[in-house]
Amino acid sequence: MCNDLLSIAREMRVHIVEMLAAAGSGHPGGSLSATDIIADLYFQHMRLDPENPAWEDRDRFVLAKGHAAPALYAALALRGYFPVEDLQGLRKIGSHLQGHPCMSSTPGVDMSTGSLGQGLSVANGMALAGRIDGRSYYVYCLMGDGELQEGQVWEAAMSAAHYGLDHVIAFVDHNGLQIDGHNDEVMTVTPIDEKFRAFGWDVVCIDGHDFKQIDDAIAHAKATKGKPTLVVCETVKGKGVSFMENQVDWHGVAPTPEQATAAVAEIRGL
Amino acid sequence: MNSATREAYGAALRDLGRVNPNIVALDADLAGSTKSAMFGKEHPDRFFDMGISEADMIGTAAGLATCGKIPFASSFSVFVTGRAFEQIRNSVCNANVNVKVVGSHAGPSCGEDGSSHQAVEDIAIMRALPHMTVVVPADDVEAYAATVALADHTGPAYLRVARLASPTIHEEEGYKFVLGKGEVLREGTDITVVACGMMVPRALHAAELLADEGISAEVINMATVKPIDADLLVECAKKTGKIITIEEGSMVGGLGTAVAEVLSERCPVPVRRIGLPDVFGISGPGDQLLDYYRLNAGHIIEVAHELLA
Repeated sequence: MCNDLLSIAREMRVHIVEMLAAAGSGHPGGSLSATDIIADLYFQHMRLDPENPAWEDRDRFVLAKGHAAPALYAALALRGYFPVEDLQGLRKIGSHLQGHPCMSSTPGVDMSTGSLGQGLSVANGMALAGRIDGRSYYVYCLMGDGELQEGQVWEAAMSAAHYGLDHVIAFVDHNGLQIDGHNDEVMTVTPIDEKFRAFGWDVVCIDGHDFKQIDDAIAHAKATKGKPTLVVCETVKGKGVSFMENQVDWHGVAPTPEQATAAVAEIRGL
Repeated sequence: MNSATREAYGAALRDLGRVNPNIVALDADLAGSTKSAMFGKEHPDRFFDMGISEADMIGTAAGLATCGKIPFASSFSVFVTGRAFEQIRNSVCNANVNVKVVGSHAGPSCGEDGSSHQAVEDIAIMRALPHMTVVVPADDVEAYAATVALADHTGPAYLRVARLASPTIHEEEGYKFVLGKGEVLREGTDITVVACGMMVPRALHAAELLADEGISAEVINMATVKPIDADLLVECAKKTGKIITIEEGSMVGGLGTAVAEVLSERCPVPVRRIGLPDVFGISGPGDQLLDYYRLNAGHIIEVAHELLA
């Protein structure tokens, strides 16, 4: 499966670059850093039915860092929720693909996000609903590292531990960069692992571009009972496109058509 | 009878929980005050105290709603609508999920706790949100019925309830609350008084006193502030041609503003608003504060005289 995941993630990255170039705006850096995590979730772990996006027993995914919407859209399209051609409509009037995820317009989006800090609370609510109803689904939540500066994240971290939400599996896409610069320059977020442990979470630290490590972390999280699990993923912002990698300027700027062509060639290894 | 609207809210929530397993409740460490504890006591598996974290409470409620639950998230009005405003905006209204936000201790009738605890802006800011329904019940009978109606209504809603006990004006027997419809409580031909919440009994009292002077005042209970019953307002404006609004909150953006928005476009007639004149409250007994701010029959009568002069 890892080989398949590699090619799926490669295809997702191509779509991310191409849809952003077509849109002329958006967030490549954080989409590319999150790609492997989202690929692994949607093509390996999540219990889904693209024919029935509202299936009550499905696993849920909350993209708390909603600006990585292109990565989610690429996964949903490749998973069959809507035609791949739709990706070209990103951020355009009349398209179902909004700049940030919108559950009422895009099939397969479990929660509307975009305002940082709110996703983990929502994931907790989904997990509480599953508990009330005796359902076994898992709720995956992907946060940014800069997002951890939002106070609500820590309120939600307290709640998930207080209610023992072991069906919440959260990820931090720790690429180290945010709009104004490096996390450490803007507002220090580390040590992420120690902070969440102190809040009562089980914490695993992995390479967020290594599918084996992502798989192992999810298996570990599912085996952990009585507390939520956080997977801190060390990632590279702009991963896969050398001129974007670790460049803060690629947080929220779309590639030109020429840059997109070069990026796609590099991703495809041409 | 004659109890606070928050008491009726708690009772309705508890009773809803008996018949609808999808009803869930959340509070932010004020369950005893908002009366959501009445639900929590009877349905502990569906009640979540989130601690003093309104933002997280609203987000959690949104997540519950995406899975088919009908969450009622309560706290003091000022905290649940103010502290968690952006969560209500994005995770509830923009996501368009079925969360009921309940704010108690609204307005100066909240009393001694003072300005930090008396929401004056909640109606305005909740009304400004697309997809949001805003309900301010006048008494315990209406608060109970409105809570039931909001559980039946799919979509975001804000229910404003009061700390202070107030007189019951509705007959419990046969009462039916209709979301989005204003209620003609008293017929009149000279002037129309549009009120919501605890101001409704005061408007009725003013109408009685005006009748003694030979002035026929119509009284409208506009419990659903949004979507407002525009057709009824136009009908009133055409009939009496003079409108007074009264609300227990800021005049900026509240019921009076909503009435003026409708009438200025569809039937321009003089509209005089009574409410807090762009100020925060002060400490004091709640009932005395209502008179201190002239949220009373005397003020309505005074304005009626000015309009009829």
